[in-house]
Amino acid sequence: MPTLIKLEAGRFTRAEDPFTSVGDDQELPPGDVIISLTRFQNDGERLLGQGRALGVRLEPAEEAAALAYDLPRIAVVALAFPGYRDGRAYTSARVLRERYGFKGEVRAVGDVLREQAQFMVRCGFDAFEPADGATPEEWAAAAARFRHVYQRAADSRAPAFAEREE
Amino acid sequence: MYRYDAIDREFLTDRANEFRSQVVRRLAGEITEDQFKPLRLMNGLYLQLHAYMLRIAIPYGSLDSRQLRKLAEIARTYDKGYGHFTTRTNLQFHWIKLADAPDILDHLASVDMHAIQTSGNCIRNVTADPFSGATPEEIDDPRVWSEAIRQWSSLHPEFSFLPRKFKIAITASAKDRTAARVHDIGLAIKRDRSGALGFEVMVGGGLGATPYVGPTIREFLPASRLLSYLEAILRVYNRLGRRDNRTKARIKILVASLGAEEFARKVEAEWEAIGPGSDLPDTELARIRAAFAPTAFETLPARSTAFEEAKGTNPAFARFVRNNVKPHKAPGYAIVEVSLKAIGATPGDASAEQMEVVADLAERYGQNDIRVTHEQNLVLPHVKQDDLPTVYAALAAVDLATPNINLISDIIACPGLDYCALANARAIPVAQHIAERFADQDRAELIGELKIKISGCINACGHHHVGHIGILGVDKKGEEFYQLTLGGSGAEDASVGKVLGPALPANKVAEAIDAMVDVYLSQRQEGERFLDTLRRTGAAPFKEAVYADAH
Repeated sequence: MPTLIKLEAGRFTRAEDPFTSVGDDQELPPGDVIISLTRFQNDGERLLGQGRALGVRLEPAEEAAALAYDLPRIAVVALAFPGYRDGRAYTSARVLRERYGFKGEVRAVGDVLREQAQFMVRCGFDAFEPADGATPEEWAAAAARFRHVYQRAADSRAPAFAEREE
Repeated sequence: MYRYDAIDREFLTDRANEFRSQVVRRLAGEITEDQFKPLRLMNGLYLQLHAYMLRIAIPYGSLDSRQLRKLAEIARTYDKGYGHFTTRTNLQFHWIKLADAPDILDHLASVDMHAIQTSGNCIRNVTADPFSGATPEEIDDPRVWSEAIRQWSSLHPEFSFLPRKFKIAITASAKDRTAARVHDIGLAIKRDRSGALGFEVMVGGGLGATPYVGPTIREFLPASRLLSYLEAILRVYNRLGRRDNRTKARIKILVASLGAEEFARKVEAEWEAIGPGSDLPDTELARIRAAFAPTAFETLPARSTAFEEAKGTNPAFARFVRNNVKPHKAPGYAIVEVSLKAIGATPGDASAEQMEVVADLAERYGQNDIRVTHEQNLVLPHVKQDDLPTVYAALAAVDLATPNINLISDIIACPGLDYCALANARAIPVAQHIAERFADQDRAELIGELKIKISGCINACGHHHVGHIGILGVDKKGEEFYQLTLGGSGAEDASVGKVLGPALPANKVAEAIDAMVDVYLSQRQEGERFLDTLRRTGAAPFKEAVYADAH
């Protein structure tokens, strides 16, 4: 099991993962699960009726908009990075947070590296499964390398132009 | 020159520190070259044929004397005493040692410079009209908008892993000196009928293996909405641009496959959804405008006696003025183009000594302002006409006064196989041969504006598609051959050149160009440039002349 790092109230901590990530060809175990968008669209209604928490994994080509009306019922959206160079999930994370006001967990899964921590945090990710073995401390340090940022994003950091007005 | 504040400086310090720790981990063997590669590329450090190459950002081609002197110092200390200015108005050092790179970034940060986003699939250095703030043709100063984009795009959390690299150019007058139409985004500053400031937005131009002239997707974007509109374009591209095939990953392919109208519709829908929350407040735009060092122009007569006399007595100076000196908006001032295309030299190269001379001249005679052009020359944008003879003499003393701006020997060439790991053929020696063949200055002036651009491979870093005459190096069974294209332009009349015929061996290229020049000189009508004649007659007579021997 990969380490799960969660960002809560500005702190990065190692967390127990109550969710089991389940592939489309796997049997569903009991308890909280993260399933594909296809499986969610086919079977989500029934699973939600069972009283368990659901997470949905979006592959890079899948649009956050596909979940727009289901978001209040979903606990986790896991955004997949098949390779760190594939940056589509950054947009998905921002759209989930800024356009749809999603308050649940946005988790980075796949080729998730500490060098990308600052970008992920800024785009609204708050849970990370690092593929490079980064500890919460290392992840926190990587996310805090820059004292200033130049643009508004999905986090609460004040961009340089706002700092200048203070 | 935009003056950095504490925030801008701390940002660069943090970046330099981040990179130093990454290099330390690499040198200690904690990370492999494979893991290190993306990190060094984020800082403009490439591994080339012979050594590391460091590409330093020169945002919108704007430098002050202190910065140019620092580049000279780096050239001397860490390279072989020279640097190479690129078509993206950056500076490349080709002989860098990895262990020195962190120190170089510290040096750069000490003069508010960096190598951020000079490589990688992110928003690259923004380029702008090199005559900004000096030309009477200008509608508004594009540096203000370029600086706003520089800041916005720096470590952009959403757009640092795009399908492919992304280049933006801003032109500010009817005459386009930035090749805006062959950029991922070209912005042309305009005023609408009410006098309000805005941009014409062109998207999806580009060179490489599949060249496109970018279509306009919005005739007029209100200036205050620039960043949200860019965000919408980048977001559509980030989501929909191809990632399965590197050669089809640029935005031009997305725009071409969707069609400009459908692409524009998607951008407008996204822009609507984003709203004005992503735009810079007017106060910040005003702050950026005010953070540019003011240029104070003395009240001078429109004509300088000293200048006119020097032209009358010194024919070499008069020739320099005809070709390298351009009108300035302030009476008694002039824009001076400094040619980095001395006959026989490497296009775009400048020695440390040359950099220092230009820095000194800018300080003494040029309001401390220096520009780099996408055609790989330098500009002193604010020189008093009275001082032109002195400036000319100082430039000439270090071989920087070649009077050939826009003439046949003012050639764009990529580094080619002499340096680059991607190249199929050399570009620099071809440029040198052509320049030497047309070294006769009278003949070069008689021929007039003729833009030759040379690329050593299909990636087209030498912009051959938009050369009036383009030259592309190709590899034929291990031998270097050169394919000619005709009729391209990167200016406001942008067009992509067409292949003339079979590729030529290296020793036939200059000869072929001579033959085409003869056709032009015999066919041209009053006032026609090479490109105009070609567009009127078509390529047939030129093709006939080049391939006559083959019949």
